Amino acid sequence: MSATLATVSYIGATILFILSLGGLSNPESSRRGNLYGIIGMTIAVLATVFGPNVTAAGIPWIIGAMLVGGSIGIYASRVVKMTQMPELVALMHSLVGLAAMLVGFANYIDPAATGEFKGAEKTIHELEIYLGILIGAITFSGSVIAFGKLSGKISGKPMLLPARHWLNLAGLLVVIWFGWRFINTHSVADGMTPLVVMTVIALLFGIHMVMAIGGADMPVVISMLNSYSGWAAAATGFMLSNDLLIVTGALVGSSGAILSYIMCRAMNRHFLAVIAGGFGTEGGAPTAPGGAPPAGEVVAVTAAETAELLRESKNVIIVPGYGMAVAQAQHAVYEITRHLREKGVTVRFGIHPVAGRMPGHMNVLLAEARVPYDIVLEMDELNEDFPQTDVAIVIGANDIVNPSAQDDPASPIAGMPVLEVWKARTSIVMKRSMASGYAGVDNPLFYKDNNRMLFGDAKKMLDEILVALKA
Amino acid sequence: MSQVIGVPRETAAGEKRVATVPEVVEKLIKLGFRVALQSGAGDAANFSDDAYRAAGAEIVDGAAKLWAASDIVFKVRGPSAEEIGLMREGGTLVSFIWPAQNPDLLKQLAAKRATVLAMDSVPRISRAQKLDALSSMANIAGYRAVIEAAHHFGRFFTGQITAAGKVPPAKVFVIGAGVAGLAAIGAASGLGAIVRANDTRPEVGDQVKSMGGEFVTVDYQEEGAGVGGYAKVMSEGFLKAQAAVFARQAKEVDIIITTALIPGKPAPKLISAEMVRSMKPGSIIVDMAAEQGGNCELTEPHKVVVKDGVTIIGYSDLPSRLSKQSSTLYATNLFRLTEELCKAKDGVINVNMEDEVIRGTTVVKEGNVTWPPPAPKLSAPPPAAAKPSAAPAAKGHGHGAAITSTSTTSAALFFVAALAFWFIGAYAPAAFLAHFTVFVLACFVGYMVVWNVTPALHTPLMSVTNAISSIIAIGALVQVAPPMMENAAGGGARPELWILGLAVAGIGLTAINMFGGFAVTQRMLEMFRK
Repeated sequence: MSATLATVSYIGATILFILSLGGLSNPESSRRGNLYGIIGMTIAVLATVFGPNVTAAGIPWIIGAMLVGGSIGIYASRVVKMTQMPELVALMHSLVGLAAMLVGFANYIDPAATGEFKGAEKTIHELEIYLGILIGAITFSGSVIAFGKLSGKISGKPMLLPARHWLNLAGLLVVIWFGWRFINTHSVADGMTPLVVMTVIALLFGIHMVMAIGGADMPVVISMLNSYSGWAAAATGFMLSNDLLIVTGALVGSSGAILSYIMCRAMNRHFLAVIAGGFGTEGGAPTAPGGAPPAGEVVAVTAAETAELLRESKNVIIVPGYGMAVAQAQHAVYEITRHLREKGVTVRFGIHPVAGRMPGHMNVLLAEARVPYDIVLEMDELNEDFPQTDVAIVIGANDIVNPSAQDDPASPIAGMPVLEVWKARTSIVMKRSMASGYAGVDNPLFYKDNNRMLFGDAKKMLDEILVALKA
Repeated sequence: MSQVIGVPRETAAGEKRVATVPEVVEKLIKLGFRVALQSGAGDAANFSDDAYRAAGAEIVDGAAKLWAASDIVFKVRGPSAEEIGLMREGGTLVSFIWPAQNPDLLKQLAAKRATVLAMDSVPRISRAQKLDALSSMANIAGYRAVIEAAHHFGRFFTGQITAAGKVPPAKVFVIGAGVAGLAAIGAASGLGAIVRANDTRPEVGDQVKSMGGEFVTVDYQEEGAGVGGYAKVMSEGFLKAQAAVFARQAKEVDIIITTALIPGKPAPKLISAEMVRSMKPGSIIVDMAAEQGGNCELTEPHKVVVKDGVTIIGYSDLPSRLSKQSSTLYATNLFRLTEELCKAKDGVINVNMEDEVIRGTTVVKEGNVTWPPPAPKLSAPPPAAAKPSAAPAAKGHGHGAAITSTSTTSAALFFVAALAFWFIGAYAPAAFLAHFTVFVLACFVGYMVVWNVTPALHTPLMSVTNAISSIIAIGALVQVAPPMMENAAGGGARPELWILGLAVAGIGLTAINMFGGFAVTQRMLEMFRK
């Protein structure tokens, strides 16, 4: 295959990738979109393997590596539970980061790749390698920590080192300093020291950054790492002068960046504040100054009473949160939904953008439980409808339904958009205990007159509700 | 030694309520108190002596014996002169007092060295809601007002199409959307009427809608919320505009229910004689402010009168007309107050004047008049203050919403970007620029495409971008076995083994992503169905 043919194939692959992302604009076209992605990837890989840059000697290696990696990937995708999607995605980000590092190093020590550059081109090329490895390393270690936190292997609490901002700044300065030295070296052996030192710092930085971020900020972190893995690919593309990598990397990078932005906006927080880590460590005091604790009383109900309420209602909105994922309760939720819908009750789901541990997490869980996607709505789509709603059920969510985000300017979550479940005639919060949410803010919703608490494991309670409904 | 709570029979004419019910007696006993009840106290509210006895109360014959035996007396209405005479020196009384209207009563009670808690003076703060007897009585009164109206109204409330012809729904206009007003709106719309409501506080509009009513606004700019969640006196200009609205409603509606009260002042006259005349014959006005002088000029307190074909109901005992319900709620309010007074649950009350709720409720403390209390704190900050911060966040998802930064920061950004572009243009070699062009354009394409992705598919988006970013495999592929370059200018042999190892590892890792990412995306997307 000639070089021009390979290039044209790359253009085709680029278009297919763009179509693939475009297809996700609605569930109908999304499956075709994924197919475009697969075709694009196949074309890109085949064009490379049979292109001018790979000789026949490499093909057995390539096939071997592809088989091993591919089988692991397929296996993982089959066995992963939908509740574990965030972990899987984080793990995959780390692989992209690691691969970018490896490619960067391999490229640096390859005289065939570096030899032909002179002057400014050489500087730029080395800068590209340096940046590529830097981003790759941060993505890798950050994603590994994110995986650990999401799978519960590492505590979800933010770990805050003293003077952590200074540590980061010092790391940055060292990285810049070694970058300067790296560009000014003349042989591969000389350059290796700064490169390795930088890689270690970048790895530590990635660990440190994600360790400082708490559990419910994970949606932001995951989308940010998603973005980084894209930029790592783009940097690799610059390094290899390969436009396909650049375009794909830029697509992925901007996709992740937009997701991070959406997530931050949904929490009414600045991106930098999330990355700087820790909730409530800066800004508003944890409780309103001089304010009394939320007034009113917490009224508990039983599953049977909840079923009774549901049976008498016409309009129900269910607001799921991370607690539903933890309890694996999505199937029970679906059974209740189906039962109520058969009885003519309008049931809808209200999804907050940051519900769960990654963007769109709740939608995937509900889809897995076969909840039709046209009754799963975004916060903005149904927030107005709560006053006409008979019962709003909150399953394992807390901060995203906290009225103090609207009423209490001193609250740490003030200004965060929330689902206004308290405007429903009755709201029922399913929760294991009265513990406050991730933000550590007491939730006045629990004390409202029209709110009832259903304590217990979400799955168990939902099963009991279902039994009571069918009785 | 546990104290005795005494509940006498109400002496005011027509009063059917009683200050405790058997259910609450049990709870009071659990708090450590003894409860004594005058025989027959609950008869009018359909609670028999036996029921009280079964709950653990001691039944005492005659008011004199009861008052003498009680450390604390629970009552509904304020005590009569005779009852004050019976009261034990230094005793405690809990009832409605209306201290502003009854300064003499306060003096007489003070002379007895009594401690008096007025259920009408409970501060309007959220913590005290559970013991707010005014609200629970107002709720009942609002409901009963509708029932009284329905009783006197010659038609259905709900619209019907019957074989005998079409029945239009009744139109109800509620003035004042406080607790009573909202209860009336709820009851009337529950009966099927078309309900409209007006209040000087525009922020209650949502509550009106939530009860099934339609909020009628007065087109005049003035904030009507006073301290503590009550309405305040409005300016003349507003009153004129308001009267115009009421006059128009009077012509249209069948039933008007007025609940407008301003604390410590006679009720505002909102419905003029002329408006009454303009109403359809057979219409009803329920004036819930009758006791404070009435919102309607023609109201006669405590009575039902017919003027110009319009029935004007001026009952002032609406809660008492639902005596069982109102006794139960009032008794619960008293129980909540007792809980506050007796936090130790040892059957002895402690009137802690440091507590904001108890301080506000107490009007006489051991013979000293402590009314009026210091001004209560604002129940909620004006909503306007919170709004600006929430407004930008409330914007929907879409292209335009992304740009929320102010003009100065965007100017600065523009400047930095221009500088960066100039720098690149001045120093970068041509080959780099070509790639850079592609990069920048691709970022924009990505931006446009991804904003169109529906939030429901954000997780598949992440997994598919993940799969796509395994395109980095190409970087590894070209390193596995590149064609030999004779002119390797950098000198030195190519470290084949190292490169091969790194590249093969890279391919393996990205292959996991490539296959796994697409497969799991496919799996997820299969699940999204209608």
